[in-house]
Amino acid sequence: MAALRAGPRPGRREGSEELGEPGAPDPSPASLDLPAMSSEPVVQARGLVKRYGTRTAVDGLDLEVAAGAVTAVLGPNGAGKTTTVETCEGYRRPDEGTVRVLGLDPVADAAALRPRIGVMLQSGGVYSGARADEMLRHMAKLHAHPLDVGALVERLGLGSCGRTTYRRLSGGQQQRLALAMAVVGRPELVFLDEPTAGLDPQARRSTWDLIRELRTDGVSVVLTTHFMDEAEALADDVAVIDAGRVIAQGSPEQLCRGGAENTLRFTGRPGLDLGSLLKALPDGSQADELTTGAYRIAGQIDPELLATVTSWCAQHGVMPEGIAVERHTLEDVFLELTGKELRA
Amino acid sequence: MSAGTYTPRPGAAPLPRMIAAQAALETRMLLRNGEQLLLTVVIPALLLVLFSAVDIIDTGAGEPVDFLAPGVLALAVMSTAFTGQAIATGFERRYGVLKRLGASPLPRWGLMAAKTLSVLVTEVLQVALLTVIAFALGWAPEGNPLAVLLLLLLGTVAFSGLGLLMAGTLKAEATLAAANLVFLLLLVGGGVIVPLDRFPDAAQSVLGLLPISALSDGLRDVLQHGTAMPWADAAVLAVWAVLGLGAAARFFRWE
Repeated sequence: MAALRAGPRPGRREGSEELGEPGAPDPSPASLDLPAMSSEPVVQARGLVKRYGTRTAVDGLDLEVAAGAVTAVLGPNGAGKTTTVETCEGYRRPDEGTVRVLGLDPVADAAALRPRIGVMLQSGGVYSGARADEMLRHMAKLHAHPLDVGALVERLGLGSCGRTTYRRLSGGQQQRLALAMAVVGRPELVFLDEPTAGLDPQARRSTWDLIRELRTDGVSVVLTTHFMDEAEALADDVAVIDAGRVIAQGSPEQLCRGGAENTLRFTGRPGLDLGSLLKALPDGSQADELTTGAYRIAGQIDPELLATVTSWCAQHGVMPEGIAVERHTLEDVFLELTGKELRA
Repeated sequence: MSAGTYTPRPGAAPLPRMIAAQAALETRMLLRNGEQLLLTVVIPALLLVLFSAVDIIDTGAGEPVDFLAPGVLALAVMSTAFTGQAIATGFERRYGVLKRLGASPLPRWGLMAAKTLSVLVTEVLQVALLTVIAFALGWAPEGNPLAVLLLLLLGTVAFSGLGLLMAGTLKAEATLAAANLVFLLLLVGGGVIVPLDRFPDAAQSVLGLLPISALSDGLRDVLQHGTAMPWADAAVLAVWAVLGLGAAARFFRWE
């Protein structure tokens, strides 16, 4: 679990005077892998609590988002993803705790913050009688140095919408328009709330490509998703969120490596002396013959262990066939952390 | 798009440009909406033509058009500033348009200023059209145009406040139904085409305090009777304006 950054503990609250300290070292091991880092996190939430009536949507959430990276806020429906993001966007006032976005208070400093961020809502946001290019052109006019609208329309495949008004666009077209509206003002930081929900696979790829281009050009991206593959494919950093808290954060590799043991499988002669094999393996490893001649080693599977297994096989005259190392996916990690299926 | 396309270069457009763009978009949305045009243009124009040409309602002494034109101008203001604005804004709220614009560089008061501009632009178009029709029907207005302008502006503020109050507190469907119902009731009971003195005395004193009655009565005092400035009607409108805008500012919910 060494690479896992521990989630916040209940009751942990940090004073606001700690916020905004320039050059405070980021304790995140994940940040070491990130490209184009500046020392200042673009989002910093401490002890965030948000209640709706008696329901606590966000329950003491701590989150840091590194600049220039794609950060995925991953969790099941109802985990508090949208509330967290909408608090960062200035839509919600925290009941407790503090949020800073680009060093600013999203509510008090809204006028200064809004031109610098791009927002994609989970749905809606467009006049039902407006055409796609018309709405995009309008958003462009609200910014000082917008992108070329025509090029953006082509890039997102919205050129075919023609004179169709928003209410008659397909769900995918509406999603892509919302994404375009988030980036047209050339923001430093974009918040994308479930950017690929309801997209067909091709449109999904195209959205992923655009998000990667944003990162390449130095835009920080925060996206929420309940798709594991999306987080694995896109994100430099993943914050796993459940019941209103960040329960783990790190790069997908770190989460998968640290969060669960991996397995090595091979087949060979039945009835191998697993006791002798286990003696050669590091402490904590497990070896089983699952079915006749099918073996599974569980533990920290690294190159050294693989070499140990194959040389033990050589010493015992065994040809290990079909050797496969199974990496745990974020899906497994999530299941292990929460005991829940992500899409349950 | 090539590398560097998305390199951040944030910044808000100058405020006047944002408000002008927003007002232009709002006006386009309104003019594109068939139901809205029916309400703001077709109904007032039809009422003016129909009741001027056909003697259905006794409009008192003088030419019917001299009685009807001020009432229809008041109706035009109500249809745009109240009914149209309430319905449009209610659905913008429902579809997250207000929310999304709330995260844009356009400040909220800028959005409201743009909505007001859009209402005023629409009203100018309505008044121009209805005036032309009224003249064609033989209208002979009297009075001071500045007094007319002041009454129209006060009426616009009063109806806008009430329209936004409704849009910002009720569900979009409820706003749609209520705004249309109120439009119809005030059309009948607000001295627009039916003189208030047709109603029982008790009803008259209450109906006379409605914003539509104050506006149609005030416009009629100036345009039909040549009164310099109907201060009582202006005062009624001013009270509605303060109450409506005050309540809207207090209770308006953006999502």
